Amino acid sequence: MSPVRRTLITLLAAGLLAGGCANDPSGSGGSGGDTIKVGILHSLSGTMAISEVTVRDSELLAIEEVNAAGGVLGKKLEPVVEDGASDWPTFAEKAQKLINEDKVATTFGGWTSASRKAMLPVFERNKALLWYPVQYEGLESSPYIFYTGATTNQQIVPALDYLKQQGKKSVFLVGSDYVFPRTANKIIKAYAAANGMTISGEEYTPLGTTEYSTIVNKLGQAKPDVVFNTLNGDSNVAFFKQLRSAGFTAQTMPTVSVSVAEEEVTGIGPANVAGHLVAWNYYQTTEGTTNSTFVKAYKAKYGADKVTSDPMEAGYNAVKLWAAAAAKAGSVDVDAVKKAAGGISLDLPEGKVTIDGENQHVYKTARIGLIQPDGQIKEVWNSGAPIKPDPYLKGYAWAAGLS
Amino acid sequence: MRNRAVFAVAAILLLVVAPLVLSPFRLDLLGKYLCYAIVAVGISLAWGRGGMLTLGQGVFFGLGGYAMGMHLKLQDGELPDFMSWSGVEELPLLWKPFANPVFALAMVIVLPVLVATLLGLLVFRQRVRGAYFAVLSQALAAAFVILLIGQQGLTGGTNGLTNFQFFFGLDLYEDADRRILYLVTALVLGASYLSVRQLVRSRYGQLLVAIRDGEDRVRFLGYDPALVKTVAFAVSAGLAGIAGALFVPLVGLLSPANLGIVASLELLVGVAIGGRYSLAGAVAGALLFNYAKTIFSEQWPDGWLYVQGALFVAVMVWAPRGLAGLSHQFRDALSSRRKVEVQA
Amino acid sequence: MGTLNQLVIGASIGAVLLLAALGLTFTFGQMGVINMAHGEFIMAGAYTAYVLQPLAGDQAVLVALPVAFAVGGVLGLILERLIIRRFYGRPLDTLLLTFGISLILQQAARDIFGAPNVQVDAPGWLTGGVDLAGVRIAYNRLFILVLAIGCVVAISLYLSKLRQGRRMRAVMQNRQLAAVSGVATGRVDQATFFIGSGLAGVAGVALTLIGPVGPTFGTAYIVDAFLVVVAGGLGQLKGAVIAAFVLGVLNSFVEFWTANGASFAKVVVFAVIIAFLQVRPQGMFVLKSRALT
Repeated sequence: MSPVRRTLITLLAAGLLAGGCANDPSGSGGSGGDTIKVGILHSLSGTMAISEVTVRDSELLAIEEVNAAGGVLGKKLEPVVEDGASDWPTFAEKAQKLINEDKVATTFGGWTSASRKAMLPVFERNKALLWYPVQYEGLESSPYIFYTGATTNQQIVPALDYLKQQGKKSVFLVGSDYVFPRTANKIIKAYAAANGMTISGEEYTPLGTTEYSTIVNKLGQAKPDVVFNTLNGDSNVAFFKQLRSAGFTAQTMPTVSVSVAEEEVTGIGPANVAGHLVAWNYYQTTEGTTNSTFVKAYKAKYGADKVTSDPMEAGYNAVKLWAAAAAKAGSVDVDAVKKAAGGISLDLPEGKVTIDGENQHVYKTARIGLIQPDGQIKEVWNSGAPIKPDPYLKGYAWAAGLS
Repeated sequence: MRNRAVFAVAAILLLVVAPLVLSPFRLDLLGKYLCYAIVAVGISLAWGRGGMLTLGQGVFFGLGGYAMGMHLKLQDGELPDFMSWSGVEELPLLWKPFANPVFALAMVIVLPVLVATLLGLLVFRQRVRGAYFAVLSQALAAAFVILLIGQQGLTGGTNGLTNFQFFFGLDLYEDADRRILYLVTALVLGASYLSVRQLVRSRYGQLLVAIRDGEDRVRFLGYDPALVKTVAFAVSAGLAGIAGALFVPLVGLLSPANLGIVASLELLVGVAIGGRYSLAGAVAGALLFNYAKTIFSEQWPDGWLYVQGALFVAVMVWAPRGLAGLSHQFRDALSSRRKVEVQA
Repeated sequence: MGTLNQLVIGASIGAVLLLAALGLTFTFGQMGVINMAHGEFIMAGAYTAYVLQPLAGDQAVLVALPVAFAVGGVLGLILERLIIRRFYGRPLDTLLLTFGISLILQQAARDIFGAPNVQVDAPGWLTGGVDLAGVRIAYNRLFILVLAIGCVVAISLYLSKLRQGRRMRAVMQNRQLAAVSGVATGRVDQATFFIGSGLAGVAGVALTLIGPVGPTFGTAYIVDAFLVVVAGGLGQLKGAVIAAFVLGVLNSFVEFWTANGASFAKVVVFAVIIAFLQVRPQGMFVLKSRALT
């Protein structure tokens, strides 16, 4: 029986040794050495890899471009990529690793609300910086997170304004069962109550659900003017395929989606989803030379058949915004960057993006798009000017009871 | 004697050397592995000794974890954050008793043991076993996760419970306090190991093995196999509950993803790697597997699934009794004279 | 009307479950191999359709059916020959083993086809549907139903009419007796695994019609498929068919009658199966045996 114990001891010794080595602070972390380490933390495996891998790719592209332009403070950026594995405690663990062991200057990462909520205490505890690149449910403003995706008043509220303007009276809510759809729907219900719209149904399905025929049947019975779709990931493919095969078209059962971008359209099949609406802040077709350069660079690096989407662009923006803030601060120190970040304004693929120093979100232009048969999205409406971020919806009277 | 010496060395390594040598981050990780090792002790009892392949151990881990998490969430006296954004304005009745630390601590053990006992009595009486039991327990894990996710206002939904700063007076933002938490975990592991070893060596332990190897024969001898198996199952559930309760402050969150099918399988895999028939092997396997997972996923984030998958296959093919069994296989190969010693 | 519609939906959910589970009644039910990689064989079938798309255009799904059967079958055969044959009689070990293999296959799919979902176009004649007395029957659902029934008929014919199939049943009912009666059980095992895995490939092709095609495609179906086999009784084709349709209809009605019922329906289905196994611990149909276990 002693060999067993011997295994145990060898193992422990190995663990301690490896741990000890990893603890060696001689690494060129943070701003020491010739490079500045930055963390990239997305799911490269598991269910969320579908969405997050391309965000990592666009962030790496941005880092490459920053380096090509001379880096930050004369130093090249060195990305340290970690896998969150679609598992929230893993996100917390890897965030801790990036901060404590790699001593990264900042981290870009996360997609799901759950992964952000898991990382938030880690960054706050270590007073480190996270850039979160995805549209989300709002009601949060951590001093150690910068949010480069849309908050609710830059995506959901404009989408509702657009629907109201189009004369849609009844809305059916379909969403995945987690924080973002539930919070989004709470906002939609408050908006509807204040604007004379009715909610004709509300359905949630577990993430990863692929069976939507019952919900489609319920839609057929409720006959809403429009379906507000907050499904995430794989489920969208099943939902749209089954909606279409049940005989509904974008005319007879129009939907507006907030988590379907160019990339998801490819997976759903453009034929299944053409004519439906989406709400984002960026499309591959968004006009401007900054965007055409971005799209060209992305395709050159990752393949001509690749598409660009809103979260990818927000991830790309995050890198550029951080680099600008660090340059302005003259340091990669967290407090200095935070202080310098407010008011920084860059011309990025979606247009002019400005950091709101108060809540660390960014000003973004809301855009409603129509999915085309070729899989691209055509903008049919935009808010004209970038909208000031308002994560707690304080500027909206109807939202008073929400937060 | 040698046994004791080895145990003492392991104890010194875990209790003295590790806290001195490891960085706070690595010590946290080791603490997390120790939680999994506590679960492994229970699995080794239920699976290795009792032949019950439980694919739903995450459920018990979760029951203990949520009991603890609910208490920690209530420590500051405010409504938990996720409730306010889920539209729940008053503390649900289910939560109220968990504000009491004694009640919460009791529930950490009582809840999993209760569920396991009920399930065990029902299932084992009907002689559901082998693959049926495995698939059934897997379905239980799946249902539990869906239930937790569906009740966002009550359980935090997919996000689970996050953001704890205090644990019975310890400030989890302080490294020194975290070290104490780590030491507590190591001590709990030691205590679990010793008590289960005692159980295994008792008459009860022999009966359990006898049932694993010939349930009907034992029944004909006048014992009730269902009862014996239920006890082992309940003990393993209790250990998983305790591990879950320690996991929450150590890792800082608990979400349904930690209790689901894949998580439950991973709890099992460590045991398989170390050797299900040996308690020490199971502990070592759990530590080794989770350590390997961390290291490989850091070194090779794009491809560590290959390594993990290959590891399973290699262990099952070449070392079906795990690392602990490997040494036996070695010895068998080296000397045919010596009789195979039964691992205790 | 909604109710009648729901019955049709239940049947089509049942057909999907049945297709996913059919192969398992062979590999799990007859050979006792808890094949967690079955879901990845389903995925392989789906990607087969995707790969054939440039060649076969929008008829890819049809062309892919036989090809995917072969692809799934060969994958299964390789697995059986290389590894699983060492594991007969140790069902619980096969579970961990094949879980490892499923991880490898998932990552391989991610590396070969990319992490995002891919799109398989449905043939033109499968889009749309027909309204019968107010009940909507989508052609692709009908196709899956017909395919599932076709597979069941083919399998039962194979098992009852062909010598190979009868041998398979003999091995399933009593391996030792079959062996001493001159049945080459090793051969039969290979055939069983080939067919079981091939059926997974076929299921994969059909499922591209209704769901996403991505690296984690198989995991969505694997647990449900196991439950169908367990509830129906190991190795019982008849049991699997009934279990699949009962669960499908149950699921569709619970979801329909409860507001926000998708999660609730799943939990109800699990609870019903656990309760059912209390009444019939060996599933709906049991293979009679005098062996003591």
